[in-house]
Amino acid sequence: MNNVVNSGDTAWLLVSCALVLMMTPALALFYGGMVRRKNVLSTLTLSFAFMALIGVQWVLYGYSLAFGKDIGGLIGGLNFLGFHGVAAAPNPDYAKTIPHGLFAAFQMMFAVITPALITGAFVERVRFKSFLLFSLIWATLVYDPLAHWVWGKGGWLNELGVLDFAGGTVVHVAAGYSALAFAMVIGPRKGFGKFPMEPHNITLTVLGAGLLWVGWFGFNAGSALGANGVAVNALLTTNTSAAAAALVWMLLGWLDGRPSTLGIATGMVVGLAAVTPASGFITPMAAMLLGGVAAVICYYAIRFRQNRNLDESMDVWACHGMASSWGMIATGLFATLEVNAAGNNGLFFGNPKQLGLQILATLVTIVFAFGMTYVVAKVLDMSIGLRVTPMEEEVGLDISAHGERAYS
Amino acid sequence: MLKKIEAIIREDKLNEVKEALKEMGIVGLNVFEIRGHGRQGGISLVGRSGSYQVDLLPKIQVNIVLSEQNLDEVIDTILRSAYTGEAGDGLIFVYPVEEVIRIRTRERGHDAVMYPGDIDERKARIT
Repeated sequence: MNNVVNSGDTAWLLVSCALVLMMTPALALFYGGMVRRKNVLSTLTLSFAFMALIGVQWVLYGYSLAFGKDIGGLIGGLNFLGFHGVAAAPNPDYAKTIPHGLFAAFQMMFAVITPALITGAFVERVRFKSFLLFSLIWATLVYDPLAHWVWGKGGWLNELGVLDFAGGTVVHVAAGYSALAFAMVIGPRKGFGKFPMEPHNITLTVLGAGLLWVGWFGFNAGSALGANGVAVNALLTTNTSAAAAALVWMLLGWLDGRPSTLGIATGMVVGLAAVTPASGFITPMAAMLLGGVAAVICYYAIRFRQNRNLDESMDVWACHGMASSWGMIATGLFATLEVNAAGNNGLFFGNPKQLGLQILATLVTIVFAFGMTYVVAKVLDMSIGLRVTPMEEEVGLDISAHGERAYS
Repeated sequence: MLKKIEAIIREDKLNEVKEALKEMGIVGLNVFEIRGHGRQGGISLVGRSGSYQVDLLPKIQVNIVLSEQNLDEVIDTILRSAYTGEAGDGLIFVYPVEEVIRIRTRERGHDAVMYPGDIDERKARIT
């Protein structure tokens, strides 16, 4: 059993890898439908670019910083630079039954989609050059250390016993609060709050949301790192939470007028983000509650954001940040060893300490991600500038930044 | 004397208006897809959380050039076929037309807007 490649596990992780990769173009469509038609290509590119950017960064040094030999619990060493020694033999620190290279590739897909989530904060106005630079800095100074703290062997939050199955903190809380910080620095879109900024193609958004749901099976069930009962449980909780959140969101929208398509799709994504940290530790019934509550929290988080007149354009904070913060806390409530012997019990199963750990990890992530992003964005804004010119913004980034138009 | 009618109507009334006009012998018309608002000022749509106001709504503009003698009955037809009684039914504008030239035959004025079987030919046949 020890350190022998298992073909079933390996096959499932290969598939999961592909599923999680698909989530980035899915996210591109999800966001792309919600912007105005003059910025759809730009918005797609912001997400798509990460498959290229992180695809290189991760192999060169990103993986090593996150999962290399621990240095003081804070960062990985440089022993995996250029995927050195990351090959067919399993790495028993992380996954005993799949090739080390597959684990690293699976983690790459997470590193790709996380910064892509943040792009929702600054669509329709960000300067492409500044965006690329910010992304590289963010991946290096925020994502890689955070992934090490939570998932790395020897990472300090990992050692404390924090449970984060598939990236509630590392992916969603980090992206959500980074989005909030970036939106505060870059400021609102021209005319925001004065003119309606209608989603130009909700069809694309629904297609993207559907593909996200499919991809999330790889994201969460794949995070079991094997084809086993924990993976099956993660798939069930993922589906249940998404379904419950979509239903609740639909009802909330209905009470406010009509059950909008965009609302149902949003609720679904919220349910998926919320269950991410918990998926491998809780039962499907707990996931149903988790998803339903997440919908209520995020529905009113959007309202809160709107009332503050803050242009965090695609509600990355309200949807991902808030959903997964709740998901982390819910993990501390509902986690049970019956689902996953490698996990722990939560408050409702007699272990209040776990709840404390979950809250700690969430707060640490919020402060770290928000603070770092705010500083990096501010420095870039004062040096090379984060925004396009007012004229370029007016014309739309498809033409002004990329020299193309989506619909001719 | 030639007149031009510009009727702004509901998108979903186009087929009824077109049929009614065809029936009375209005053979030539063209249609624009436009956006706009009148007194009603737009509608509210449902977003992710709550609703938002949209002020420009899709409308259809039907353009017809015709002889002055047919003006009143065509207006009547449009009033009947485009009517729902709800806000947003639209408006009809009427303008004088200085000149019409049919490119293929170089006919001018009234001759240029005549078609076999159209409203003017039908009236001529009766009298």
